[in-house]
Amino acid sequence: MTSLPGLAAASAWNRRGTLSLVALSIALATLLLLSFERVRLDVRDNFASAVSGTDLVVGARTGPIQLMLYAVFRLGGATNSIRMDSVRAVEQHRAVAWVVPLSLGDSHRGFPVLGTTTAYFERFRYGEQQPLVLAQGSPFSGDLDGLYGAVLGAEVAQRLGYQLGSSLVLAHGSGTLPGSEHADKPFTVVGILAPTGTPVDRTVHISLQALEAIHLDWSAGVPMKGLSIPAEQARKFDLEPKQVTAALVGLKGRAAVFNVQRFVNEYEGEPLMAVLPGVALDELWTVVGVGEKVLVALSGLVALVSLAGLVATVLAGLNERRRELAVLRAVGAGPRHVLWLLALEGLLVTLAGVMLGVLASAALIGLAGPLVQSAYGIALTLAAPNATQWLLLAGVLAAGVLASLVPGVRAYRLSLADGLAPRS
Amino acid sequence: MITLRDVRYAWPRAARDVLAIDALDIGAGETVFLHGPSGCGKSTLLSLLAGVLLPREGSVTLAGRCWSELPAAARDRHRADHVGYLFQQFNLLPWLPVIDNVLLGCRFSPARSARAAQRSGSPVAQARTLLQRVGLPQDAWARAARELSVGQQQRVAAARALIGAPEVVIADEPTSALDAALREGFMDVLLGECRAGGSTLVFVSHDERLAARFDRALSLPELNRAAREATA
Repeated sequence: MTSLPGLAAASAWNRRGTLSLVALSIALATLLLLSFERVRLDVRDNFASAVSGTDLVVGARTGPIQLMLYAVFRLGGATNSIRMDSVRAVEQHRAVAWVVPLSLGDSHRGFPVLGTTTAYFERFRYGEQQPLVLAQGSPFSGDLDGLYGAVLGAEVAQRLGYQLGSSLVLAHGSGTLPGSEHADKPFTVVGILAPTGTPVDRTVHISLQALEAIHLDWSAGVPMKGLSIPAEQARKFDLEPKQVTAALVGLKGRAAVFNVQRFVNEYEGEPLMAVLPGVALDELWTVVGVGEKVLVALSGLVALVSLAGLVATVLAGLNERRRELAVLRAVGAGPRHVLWLLALEGLLVTLAGVMLGVLASAALIGLAGPLVQSAYGIALTLAAPNATQWLLLAGVLAAGVLASLVPGVRAYRLSLADGLAPRS
Repeated sequence: MITLRDVRYAWPRAARDVLAIDALDIGAGETVFLHGPSGCGKSTLLSLLAGVLLPREGSVTLAGRCWSELPAAARDRHRADHVGYLFQQFNLLPWLPVIDNVLLGCRFSPARSARAAQRSGSPVAQARTLLQRVGLPQDAWARAARELSVGQQQRVAAARALIGAPEVVIADEPTSALDAALREGFMDVLLGECRAGGSTLVFVSHDERLAARFDRALSLPELNRAAREATA
């Protein structure tokens, strides 16, 4: 025997042409809501896991967000440099356990080049305090023999097809200007890091001395005319770095963090700034939050429009269905059955739309994930819906049922007024 | 089986009654032919009999219950249990398979499902039996109702009205969309099945040639005092 949901499904199937369009638009709204929430969460996760175990980031005075974005995420505009003696002064502070200087600015085929010390490989932590692991090879040696050694992030190696021993040439700046390559001093891959899902994967690591060496014969961003220092000869120069972009600072105990921050901020040698990574990220989310809210509101509006389409479609078809309602009344269906029939139909259409949206969202994240990863360095995860996403899905479904009550109530009134004699 | 006493009915916001019937009694198993010109209130009377409309005054009693004394949900239930209803046309849900349209007669009534099961083993079995008796070819049973001809659809409608042997079958000009040859066949099936099942049949038509086949023929204009008063 056909149940009421069965009747609703058969009736909806009968009008599958128009209803599937409505279901598609609901699917689109669901897709937007789900995918946006997924991207939002993954972006936050990616940022939050990019650096851990670092108590302070020290750099030139600028906005805390800008310093974090540039020094840790290699995003946004370059900040001013700080002097190496300032970094050493911070290192001398009795509460400081370690300092890892970072020097940015060059690139290799779109990937940022980071000049640092061997301490980077020992001290840097990401995610849940995880250390960097070398998949192949070893860190650059830090002495003059291994001057031109480079350690690649997992994605750099994979995308460019580099292996241990491969040779690469670094470009000055972002590498967009012709003739701005450090072609005379090629580097050799000595190590490849295991994937981390952080900006480290997209980074080429070299020593600070190597960075000095390739810029010996450069001035103000261009090669000096008539001066060329071959790679071998460069070793004889003083390669101690004078300036770096920023430094990661680890403390002996968390308690001293504000103490050290004040020490850095009041440092008299030059204007410096110390940023707590967590605080800077919170500030970033406050800024980004406004945009997120606008996007959520827009997705919500799309959902609203889809549901309005559902109401309009079912209402428009109602007049032609008054005969059906009379037949149902004649076999003993009450007006409340008629109301349920219409509400169930709406629920089925919404449910179909939502399920389609969930599948489409999974497909989108699955397909676009690798592209987003390579273009923006953000790993999108294909996961079961989280609590917020379930809530969004339930919200769309509930709104769909509520919206379906509108034609339901109309049908209820019609079938009461018509009885067994519809006037159409 | 059906008793009307001092029934008055007026459409909402209408000044005058369209129906005024002092007394009408129809016995169990009786077949009654009700005729009258278009617009004399035949369909209104049938809606009153089926408990879809309630009289302004007086009482309509069917199978022992007065419609006016039942709450709305109980009226729907009482109708599902005791009344099989046949329209002039458009009796079926066009998108539903034929067999499911017949079963619709049991859908809202466990009592009729039980009676159908008692007679044929299961509601589905009785639906098949009835479709066979009304002469619908078996290959049409699983097809959507809209694919059938008008004559075939009316036969399916008759099977739907008869499933679960309701005490009362009400038919509102069910033959008006059929041509003469189909009409005779349809009348044979309907009257035969009602007599076999012991159902009371109230049959409305403007075609008085059919009257001879019924136990009793009534003229609605004569029965309806409101009509007499209006013309007087």
